[in-house]
Amino acid sequence: MEALLNQAFLTSLLFGAVTAGVPLLLAGLGEQISEKAGVLNIGIEGMMLFGAYTGFVAAYYSGSFSLGFVAGGIGGALVASLVVLLCIRYGLNQIVIGIAITLGIEGLTALLHYFQFSRTYPRLDQAPVWALPFLSDIPVLGRALFSHNPIVYLAVVLMIALVWVFRATYVGLNLEAAGNKPAALDAAGVSVVKTRAFAVLATGFLSGVGGAYMANVGAGLFVPFMTGGAGFIGIVLAMLARGKPVWVLLGAALFGISLAMTTALQVGGINIPTDVVQMLPFAMVMLVLVIFARHSVLPPALGLPYVRGER
Amino acid sequence: MAVPVAAVRNVTKRFPGVVANDGVSLEFHAGEIHVLLGENGAGKSTLIGLLAGMQQPDGGEIVIDGQPVNIASPRASLELGIGTVFQHVLLVPSLSVIENLMLGGPWRRKLLRGPALARFRELSQLLGVEIDPDAQVGRLSLGEQQQVEIMRALWRGEKVLILDEPTSMLTPQGVKDLGAVMRRLREKGVALILITHKLVEAYELGDRISVLRLGRVVGALPPERLRAMSEQEATDAVIEMMFGTVTHHERDAEILVGRGRQAYRARVVDRTRAPRLSVRGLTTEATRGACPLRTVDFDLWPGEVLGIAGVDGNGQKHLAEVLAGQRVAASGTIILDGKDITADAVPERRRHGVRYVTDERVGEGTVGSFSVATNLVLKEIGASPFFRRGISDWDYIHDHARALIKRNDVRTPSEKTPVGKLSGGNIQKVLLARELNAEASVVVFNKPTYGLDLQNTRLAHERILAGADQGLATIVISTDLDELLEIADRIGVMFQGHLAGIVENGPDVERKVGLLMTGAKAA
Repeated sequence: MEALLNQAFLTSLLFGAVTAGVPLLLAGLGEQISEKAGVLNIGIEGMMLFGAYTGFVAAYYSGSFSLGFVAGGIGGALVASLVVLLCIRYGLNQIVIGIAITLGIEGLTALLHYFQFSRTYPRLDQAPVWALPFLSDIPVLGRALFSHNPIVYLAVVLMIALVWVFRATYVGLNLEAAGNKPAALDAAGVSVVKTRAFAVLATGFLSGVGGAYMANVGAGLFVPFMTGGAGFIGIVLAMLARGKPVWVLLGAALFGISLAMTTALQVGGINIPTDVVQMLPFAMVMLVLVIFARHSVLPPALGLPYVRGER
Repeated sequence: MAVPVAAVRNVTKRFPGVVANDGVSLEFHAGEIHVLLGENGAGKSTLIGLLAGMQQPDGGEIVIDGQPVNIASPRASLELGIGTVFQHVLLVPSLSVIENLMLGGPWRRKLLRGPALARFRELSQLLGVEIDPDAQVGRLSLGEQQQVEIMRALWRGEKVLILDEPTSMLTPQGVKDLGAVMRRLREKGVALILITHKLVEAYELGDRISVLRLGRVVGALPPERLRAMSEQEATDAVIEMMFGTVTHHERDAEILVGRGRQAYRARVVDRTRAPRLSVRGLTTEATRGACPLRTVDFDLWPGEVLGIAGVDGNGQKHLAEVLAGQRVAASGTIILDGKDITADAVPERRRHGVRYVTDERVGEGTVGSFSVATNLVLKEIGASPFFRRGISDWDYIHDHARALIKRNDVRTPSEKTPVGKLSGGNIQKVLLARELNAEASVVVFNKPTYGLDLQNTRLAHERILAGADQGLATIVISTDLDELLEIADRIGVMFQGHLAGIVENGPDVERKVGLLMTGAKAA
């Protein structure tokens, strides 16, 4: 048991928590934007996975991690544009389309990967790390929290930026209105379709970047189905956060730790079956849902397509 | 005569199967309140939709300041200085007043409260109202929300203001305040367009009246003529335009002008006997989005119509549901003919003769995709004689339906037509046919004429009164006070979950009810 508490273990646990938590943070923030605007974006899992694939391919051939993240974001947004077309423009059922997109992308990325790399799984080099001056010198925490890929810090900055966007900009106002009373937004002369389209594309971009991070930084390679439900955890985070970005960060940290535990416990040589350990994050999802789900507040117009003149 | 600020010339708008506007030409002048009158389906809302940029005309043109314009979107309409206050509140309840007003601004920019607050103060002064700009809209009264809507409509220019049935949800005091606001705006040179069903309002507020019927303008009273007329003359003239010279629509006209209310219904209710229904200390648990009952006490005698007035959302829905047995009472008792039925669920209460006609005609009252026949037995699923050993006897159900359809004059292609395809008035007839068919003793109506046109309103009223005359104890919940004045023997007022008081229908009842609606004690 002592092994659990030594410095090296704690550092690696927290470092792993950040690595596992950042994609969840990006997905959760992205989903929060969609939900604010009244779109239940179930396809986010597919967007992440596609972002992971395009991000990996771009980084693999160009050797540039930044390019990889951009490509991941664009890949995610590309999938999101399907949701825009089918759900926002034509008002089809968001849940059905979302599930179809996720399943479709799982197959598509596996297929593309097979065509390109056959059964090999080429690896990328170690991702660049930007150790924050001074902060990274703190014992335990410094190594664990402040020497990561720049995208990690960007994700936290994004969280703070979203707080501001939601509270102090027209974009935030429009998103809130689109989710709460789309007819009011329409009457105010703002297109509900465009507002929601913007929100969904933003979700696609962010979750795509999150997927690219998973592949390029977290794993260093692309494996089919590698997101393994991270997008769905993002949906859970967004629902529990009640429109507050800070709560997405806290939730992502919680799930990040429990995901990191699965590896840390195995490394730490704790004698419990790996299957039980790997179950931990998902048991956590259920536990959190049981405890907090009653408090989740969703926008009234969530999941409902907007048709002018219908109430 | 001055050039009109806004005008429609020969405007035509077709929807599949109907011509909603057929060559409509109207002019709207600055500093004038132009009233549009007409029944449901006369084309008023379509015309508003065209001016507000929700739809585009198929023919004709819209002219603003003498220039033909194309109003392609709500934004274009706002930018031309045309503001619309729609029938239903179109504000975001979770945002503050000022945020709602800023909605639709240049999205690339930061929210600037300063200029917005300045404009807010300017408009508050123009309207002569006082509202806290940081109050959450969902917490304001309906009257205040409407004032915010008027501000939003005028936010980007105060040329034309359209009000679509603005008084239907307001308290008497709210109506008075709105009238003051409208007169102020008229003085400031705004062209106002008022759509209403009520002739009294039209005469009191209007400078010019136009009557629409079946998509056409069938008559108009220009200011010179209207000013020279007494209320009686004006209403007579309008009624003639609306219904033609044949006066077999006298009762429609009465409803329209509220003239019936002078002759209070001289019904004698024998209150010496034991009451049919006694409700004591009734309360319900709070649920999200609905006001619970706090204390409700009343007695109801056979043959009596008890009206329940009050601004929407003061516990009316819970009252209806708890009487029907659809909602559990937290405390208190409901006694029917000396028997405590508080604990009984819907089937038992139904057996005891309790009937409920809901305000949600499709959804709660009927299943839209089910046939008329199925909906007519919806509350007896599995019971004989419609079902035998759990198997539906379709021949019997259809025979039963055909008889009821005939007796209640339901206009439906057949008894197998899905009820959702019928008009609101006919769905209401299906509901009435089911609820009033046999052995009823107490009937609860929730907003029985909401959304119905005059014809169907009249039929529903007749039905309710006929039932009462046969000895039914009747409760009518309505937000339309005029309706209750028309049919009720006594009127109770719901205020924040309390039954604030019950007054006899008679002279001065409006003032008393109005006071109760605002929370004052019975005068």
